[in-house]
Amino acid sequence: MTAPDLAAPDLTAPDLTAPDLEVVGRSPTRPDLAAKLTGAAEYGADLHVPGALQVKLLRSPVAHARITALDTAAARAVPGVAAVVTSADLTGFDATWGHYVRDRPILARDVVRFAGEIVAAVAAETEAAAAAGVRAIEAAYEPLPALVDVRDAVAPGAARVHETPARPGFSCPPGAVFDDDNAFFHYRIDLERAPGADPPDAVVIEKEYAFPAVYQYAMEPHAVVASADAESIDVWSSCQHPFLVREELAEVFGLPPERVRIRVPFLGGGFGSKSYAKMEPVAVAVARVAGRPVRLVNSVEDAMVTTRRHGMRCRMRTVADRDGRLLSRSADVWMDTGAYADNGPTVTMVAGMAATGPYRWDRVRVDAACVYTHLPPAGSYRGFGAAHLQWVGESQVDEVAAALGVDRLELRRRNLLRRGETVIPGCRPLDADLAADLDAVADRLGWGADLPAWRGRGVSVGVSPGGVSARSRARVELRPDGGATVLVGSQELGQGARTVHAQIAAEVLGLPLDRVDVPATDTSTTPYDRSTGASRSTTVAGLAVQRAAEKLRERIVAAAATQWDVPASELALRAGRVVRGDRSWDLADLDPGGLAGEGSAEELGGGAGPALFWEVCVAGAEVAVDPDTGRIEIRDAVTVADVGRAVNPALVERQDEGCALQAVGNALFEEMRFGADGVLRNPGLLDYRVPAIADMPQSMTCVIVENGDGPGPFGAKGCGEGVFGGLTAALVTAVADAGVSVPELPMSPDRVWRWIHAS
Amino acid sequence: MDVRLKVNGTEHELPIDDNALLLDVLRDRLRLTGAKRSCDVQVCGACTVLVGGEPVSSCCFLAHDARDGEVETIEGFAAEEGFAALAEAFARHNAFQCGYCAPGFLMTLKPLLARGALRSRADVEREFAGNLCRCTGYRAIVDAVCEAAGVAS
Repeated sequence: MTAPDLAAPDLTAPDLTAPDLEVVGRSPTRPDLAAKLTGAAEYGADLHVPGALQVKLLRSPVAHARITALDTAAARAVPGVAAVVTSADLTGFDATWGHYVRDRPILARDVVRFAGEIVAAVAAETEAAAAAGVRAIEAAYEPLPALVDVRDAVAPGAARVHETPARPGFSCPPGAVFDDDNAFFHYRIDLERAPGADPPDAVVIEKEYAFPAVYQYAMEPHAVVASADAESIDVWSSCQHPFLVREELAEVFGLPPERVRIRVPFLGGGFGSKSYAKMEPVAVAVARVAGRPVRLVNSVEDAMVTTRRHGMRCRMRTVADRDGRLLSRSADVWMDTGAYADNGPTVTMVAGMAATGPYRWDRVRVDAACVYTHLPPAGSYRGFGAAHLQWVGESQVDEVAAALGVDRLELRRRNLLRRGETVIPGCRPLDADLAADLDAVADRLGWGADLPAWRGRGVSVGVSPGGVSARSRARVELRPDGGATVLVGSQELGQGARTVHAQIAAEVLGLPLDRVDVPATDTSTTPYDRSTGASRSTTVAGLAVQRAAEKLRERIVAAAATQWDVPASELALRAGRVVRGDRSWDLADLDPGGLAGEGSAEELGGGAGPALFWEVCVAGAEVAVDPDTGRIEIRDAVTVADVGRAVNPALVERQDEGCALQAVGNALFEEMRFGADGVLRNPGLLDYRVPAIADMPQSMTCVIVENGDGPGPFGAKGCGEGVFGGLTAALVTAVADAGVSVPELPMSPDRVWRWIHAS
Repeated sequence: MDVRLKVNGTEHELPIDDNALLLDVLRDRLRLTGAKRSCDVQVCGACTVLVGGEPVSSCCFLAHDARDGEVETIEGFAAEEGFAALAEAFARHNAFQCGYCAPGFLMTLKPLLARGALRSRADVEREFAGNLCRCTGYRAIVDAVCEAAGVAS
């Protein structure tokens, strides 16, 4: 099909004039920092819940088995144990959950499908008693063959991980089609800008690649406190998407959503690992059976089998003509989502989009499959999709350049999509100047200067859909003291969402930042926000905050005009006062209390697909490879935060630097290693290493680009994830430039050494 | 068995199991939740507290072994004079994001500052090898520590 560019919005003329801003565009100290420094900030495991039972879980030791015995009598007799819960206790409702595919039993029924699956739960007066109860459960398993590699899972005649067809979950997009197979979901692109076929003398690069499963490692593992009876559910949870968790629990436990209340304390990181429901269904089920509040806190070992990043295999083909025009790209991608779908179909879709690369191909064909295996479930992790595929596509672009003897940067410049062109049919057109972003990186890397042997430079460019949904609302209230309270459902994961939302409201209302509060989410009082992910909090929820604050400003001005008998058209709000010429009144003196404004981000919806904006994934790197040890040293990392407008530049830099270190880990050494039996061999931080200070690149530069071309407040668009795809790919292309081509991540020293010595 | 523990200057006498970990006693018994549990294996540093002035990973430290030395946690440190200036340095550099690792970094820093052990950026990078942060990318933390220690960064 040929892809018509969508008519709206107008993306060709970004507003480059900086508005006169007081609070937005600055980097004040984040208001939540003081409580975090003193230890006063409360996270999920810090909540004190008198009378709560402690929950410990019995997890399957094997990847795939029939449960042949599950005797809980001895466990029930352990002193302090109040309840032992198995699937047999979950009666009267369909104890199966999953937001995209409703495929996951709260507690295993008859079979286990991954090592770590929850088989039973024990609630007791103390954690020690609960742990003793778990040890006293007598379980027996009859092992079954385990599919631990997507290649085996999609082979003809492979056994099925799920014998019944996939059933849509409550937030499955309408029209989603599931295949009755281990490869149960496909995202396909079949785009033809120009008809024809690749010429016989074309340059063709075609290879296979692999990407590891990795662990998000939010330093705070999941924590849930739950109370539940037949009429209502009350949960405190370390979750990123409380409103979706509310819907999930309401759906599963058969209650109207308003009878389910979710409150969220500070989160000790998320990075996607706390998106959608995770430990809430089992906590609520146990609370119902026990008839008492329960507290369930994961360990790192638990967290590692709760969610992870998808491992991936792919075969990709890139074709260019002799003049350096990129002609066609095709890719087959297999995403290992483990035993349950979690967010796998969405991750697969975004991976499929990333496989194309932001180039003006004549023809693109992508088939990305989401595949069940007998490994722990995989879901969201920062920058998904682009992290998986951008390095693959960019490696091939580099190889085309090498085959043609063309500079790699120049080849990209010639073929990059321009602002307003179609990236993916049916999605928002490109809303960024990628060539300029790439040049900014190349300049700082010293592109073109000679390097000694075993050193290399790389650049990479990509885009990833951001925003995902326009469903965000906010309410801003004027307090009697003349300050404002912002009610918005974005979670404070550390990224600084509350700081940014306070800045936006302060800017609109002419308030000093310290007079704006952004309280934590309580779904019974906070307006709906779909989720905290997809780099949407500043752009989407932030737009709702801006609109709500604008509405409140109108009402304040109208009320002030009446009260002080002055024309509304001559009033301004500044420094917490209503100002007319040289006279002013304190907002605290405004009589009609209870002024508030409500706003939504709905204007961002409509025809944009999942891309309310395109998050830019552009980065560069310089590396040194030690041929004797295979060790890679990162001498320079340059990232681009093409954010439209940096509401808080320091937070933008922190987001990019943090993402850079995560990308370094994923690219160079992080890897969940599963045995052939499907059991995780490195189930903790002794064996699963994450980046420490010593792993910092020697030099790290974040270039902030502000073109005012985002759809969010003050021209902002999202950031904080693009570095994952961008820097991973830049490291791969830099290592290739140093002389070692990379078929598989991570580029651990053992692999690099073997690649060097195999060639 | 009843154990006498001195924590942040206050004496406590309470029954503690032989195998109880200091982190659990601090968090669950004394409600001092500033020290955080993360890795459980002495890798991440989030549970760092001082025993007898030296940093320990309280997730792997028996509460009984803290009998002889005073225990200091972030709650105690934060109440001391001089903490505000330190906090200021971290605030200026926007040095933490989720904050889960922050108490551990600060408790590691306290004795280093007292000893004057940080004389270069390299010292800072070496001394904090046992503190993980998954949010920031470390640079802002190192900058803030350098400023607090009066080290040119």
